[in-house]
Amino acid sequence: MTTDSLPADASGGAARRRVGKKEEQAGRVAATTIAVRAVRRTDLEQVIEIDAVVTGLEKSGYWRSIFQRYGDGERPERRFLVAEADGRVVGFIIGEVRDWEFGAPPCGWVFAIDVKPEYRLDGVATQMLQALCAGLRRSGVRKLRTILARDNKLVLSFFRSQGMTTGPFIPLEMDLDA
Amino acid sequence: MRLQKNTSLALYSVLEFAADPSRHIPAAEIAAKYQVSPHHLAKVLSELARSGIVESARGVGGGYRFAGNVRRITLMDIIHLFEDFSTPPAERREPSDLTPIGMGLGVVLNEIDEIAKATLGSITLATMLRMIERQQRAETGAARAAGPERASTRRREVRAEGSA
Repeated sequence: MTTDSLPADASGGAARRRVGKKEEQAGRVAATTIAVRAVRRTDLEQVIEIDAVVTGLEKSGYWRSIFQRYGDGERPERRFLVAEADGRVVGFIIGEVRDWEFGAPPCGWVFAIDVKPEYRLDGVATQMLQALCAGLRRSGVRKLRTILARDNKLVLSFFRSQGMTTGPFIPLEMDLDA
Repeated sequence: MRLQKNTSLALYSVLEFAADPSRHIPAAEIAAKYQVSPHHLAKVLSELARSGIVESARGVGGGYRFAGNVRRITLMDIIHLFEDFSTPPAERREPSDLTPIGMGLGVVLNEIDEIAKATLGSITLATMLRMIERQQRAETGAARAAGPERASTRRREVRAEGSA
């Protein structure tokens, strides 16, 4: 993940920009174009692969059900976006509008974000989040929320770098004994 | 979580250095700005230099300069240099801490501490500097917005004084 500032041209739809000098330093092909767009069925294997690399778990069944719920493109309040570079999917983000949980007004909710390790530190996640936020704004919400494990410093730091702060809710849990 | 004075001073100092990494800032400048003893500050800066977060230069134009990575160092990294968060052994705890009520309260206080640590561990210096910048912009904007209002209030007061 990155703490880069947002690219000026990141907006809803297909946000595009040129990848800079850091890729050259990292030995990658310079001047790669990153595009953020809605997921397609043909992207699913690559999404599963990125998630498996990052989490160490392959969850094909889970991702197929997520694609069915968020990837059909028919519900504007549900958004599953991917970042594409060199003709390959290098990252993904999923979010939706959540309604009236415990009396709170509808808000945007992001619950998955990942970038291929070799494409990190160059604003790919920033660009995807910007595109997700633009879509959620079009759906009429003005607040974005998420929940993360306390020890997930990588993603916590990323969301912090984007201006997210602790919200007015407290996460709670309990053991469900058998 | 209560931070010791040294820890707060380290955070202020590091953020001052990180805001202008190309400049060597004299310790006396920081001491004067935050109204602390130069001797006290020297100990803090020495610890920061030992950790490699700042580097010092002697002579004219000397001082300390930021030497770390603002996108990688978190507030918690700085705090860890000065605070020990390990649980104290039983013999160093208050007797009341070891009672059932004390242990129950300890669970709640520990919950709060864990949230504080996670928050401090997720905020990099780069994020913090942006927050400070936003805060300054908001204050400047608020002052500008309040300016004409304050001025018109004063005009009303002058008119009232004149007519009294």
